[in-house]
Amino acid sequence: MRKVIMGNHSLSYGAMLSRAQVIAAYPITPQTQVVELLSEMCADGTLEAKFIKVESEHSAMAACLGASMAGARTFTATSAQGLALMHEMLHWAAGGRMPVVMGDINRSMAPGWSIWTDQNDSLSQRDTGWIQFYCSSNQEVVDTVIQAYKVSEKLMIPSMVILDAFALSHTYEVVDIPEQAKVDAYLPPFNPPYRLTPDDPHAFGGLTSSDHYMELRYRLQKDMEKVPALIEETGREYEQMFGRYLGQVENYLCDGAELVLVTSGTAGYTARVAVDELRARGIKAGNLRIKLFRPFPFEPVRSILSKVPKVAVLDRNISYGHHGIFYQEVKSAMYGQPSQPAIFGFIAGLGGRDITRESFKEIADYTLKHDRPEEEIVWIGVKK
Amino acid sequence: MSKERKMTITLPREELMSSGHLACQGCGATLAMRYALKALGQKTILCIPACCWSVIDGPFPHSSLDVPIYHCAFETAASSASGVRAGLDMVGDKETTVMAWAGDGGTFDIGIQALSGAAERNEDFIYACYDNEAYMNTGIQRSSATPLGAWTTTTPVKHYKKERKKDIIGIMAAHDIPYIATASIAYPEDMIKKFKKAKDIHGTRFIHIYAPCPTGWKSRPDDTVKLARLAVQTGYFPLYEIEEGEKRTLNLRIKERKPITDYLKLQGRFRHLKQDEIDLIQAEVDNNYQKILKKCGL
Repeated sequence: MRKVIMGNHSLSYGAMLSRAQVIAAYPITPQTQVVELLSEMCADGTLEAKFIKVESEHSAMAACLGASMAGARTFTATSAQGLALMHEMLHWAAGGRMPVVMGDINRSMAPGWSIWTDQNDSLSQRDTGWIQFYCSSNQEVVDTVIQAYKVSEKLMIPSMVILDAFALSHTYEVVDIPEQAKVDAYLPPFNPPYRLTPDDPHAFGGLTSSDHYMELRYRLQKDMEKVPALIEETGREYEQMFGRYLGQVENYLCDGAELVLVTSGTAGYTARVAVDELRARGIKAGNLRIKLFRPFPFEPVRSILSKVPKVAVLDRNISYGHHGIFYQEVKSAMYGQPSQPAIFGFIAGLGGRDITRESFKEIADYTLKHDRPEEEIVWIGVKK
Repeated sequence: MSKERKMTITLPREELMSSGHLACQGCGATLAMRYALKALGQKTILCIPACCWSVIDGPFPHSSLDVPIYHCAFETAASSASGVRAGLDMVGDKETTVMAWAGDGGTFDIGIQALSGAAERNEDFIYACYDNEAYMNTGIQRSSATPLGAWTTTTPVKHYKKERKKDIIGIMAAHDIPYIATASIAYPEDMIKKFKKAKDIHGTRFIHIYAPCPTGWKSRPDDTVKLARLAVQTGYFPLYEIEEGEKRTLNLRIKERKPITDYLKLQGRFRHLKQDEIDLIQAEVDNNYQKILKKCGL
């Protein structure tokens, strides 16, 4: 069934089709429509789930984790300050191996108050042990939520499905809503190896000495390393059933390119149009959109970028005192590779400032004009 | 008197707690758990936030309890329990009792937002707070449950606690939840009766357990039960219930309350108090006790 829906409702449909059983959420702009629609679905019986209307995002995640420990499939969604408030519980989810799936609408962190998009909220949670997907279309959001449950529950690692505030969350697009029966065939019910039950009593998450703690973290990392292959496998399976492949990255005309833009989120959508325009000008440009950010997709990133002379990484985020975060990660992935491109880092679009085709033209011109970056960070569209 | 008369065992025999746990000698919180589980039985799931009990239970891979435990974050006893209950309902387990089991710090202070939220939603679980009147697990720092006059490591003798203990029962009563009770480890029959009653009620049930801590109170381990009893007999910690937000029952009426000095003098944390300060505490206790009597219609 094809429907015109907003990005936020794409998350709701993803959770509904995945048959989330417990939803705990707290309102925050620009996420609210996600849980409003889910409340309606729970109320009218479209979705058989318990909706816990908690008093904070911290409690939202805590309640999801309790439900997950009891063996239920759980969903929540938040944004910016809400995600920051959850921070402690994000560690809890990954450390306790509870496969919650959460939508995060990328919103800038206050102060000053901003409801518009950038990625510093989710990237500040980079090291909590969650799988992170950055989406660029509403279709991708619905599909990714379903795939995320499959990957998360197989490896017992939580997933964050991320979309830009307004640029995607409030943008209406045509979405092919998968058939429930087919989703059920793709995604079996949640059946964790351990759960809270008096029939088989265990103590979960208790005091863990240095004799055991490190092994728990080693296993989490080892399972994280299995995610890319599982994304490929489940992404191909999804393609067979639904006609859409779900991969780690999107490669748009990178093969044989002289310049590759590295992007994420909706900027990756705009970048494709910019690439077409650059090619019309005779510049062999390509766009590598990173969808899976954690774990980092080393293999496709290395294989694509090692064949091009110049790479321009666009960051809608910043690690203060260092660089844009995708820039850091791309450079780190390429370090020590036999063939290394010149990698340039650009920051644009903080606090929801538009990233346009013109922005990419400026980025491309700078990158082509210089042999290597002359500044640690090249700022696009900033009033200095 | 007949020689054949035997002592009646008034407590359930079932033991869901084993020896080998990590509690200090004379720990009131340990007795509290033992009695609570005797009342609730094995079909119980515990949500334990950071508190003494997150250590007492034993380190991974050990546990001294025969029921499942979810060790949750400090401020999440009530939100975690809300989630566990919802999760159990969705997987078809309506029978198991969910109990949040937290100390006074996790209840009166850092966990009160989640507790208030859960109580407002009338979430279906028992919330038991074992109150040892300070952050004992971190080494005796004051909490909002620490009583007026007490020494702790953050209220040293020269600046002993000048504020009153937070009225947690008053706060919970304002949420109009179906069941609230106070309980004491010195009165196990009463405590077990209350947990059994709570088990059969739906909605948020709050039980405030008075649990002396020899380590933090600087009292003798063998005085734990005596102190808990004196707390009741002096009127410092009356045993009462509030049902359906209205019906208040004083479970044990003390005809001749003992002076508060009897209770204070057994504890090093009050050793610095001068007579006028003790008089002030006595006046506070008298006042609070009268208020409770009045609310119970006595």
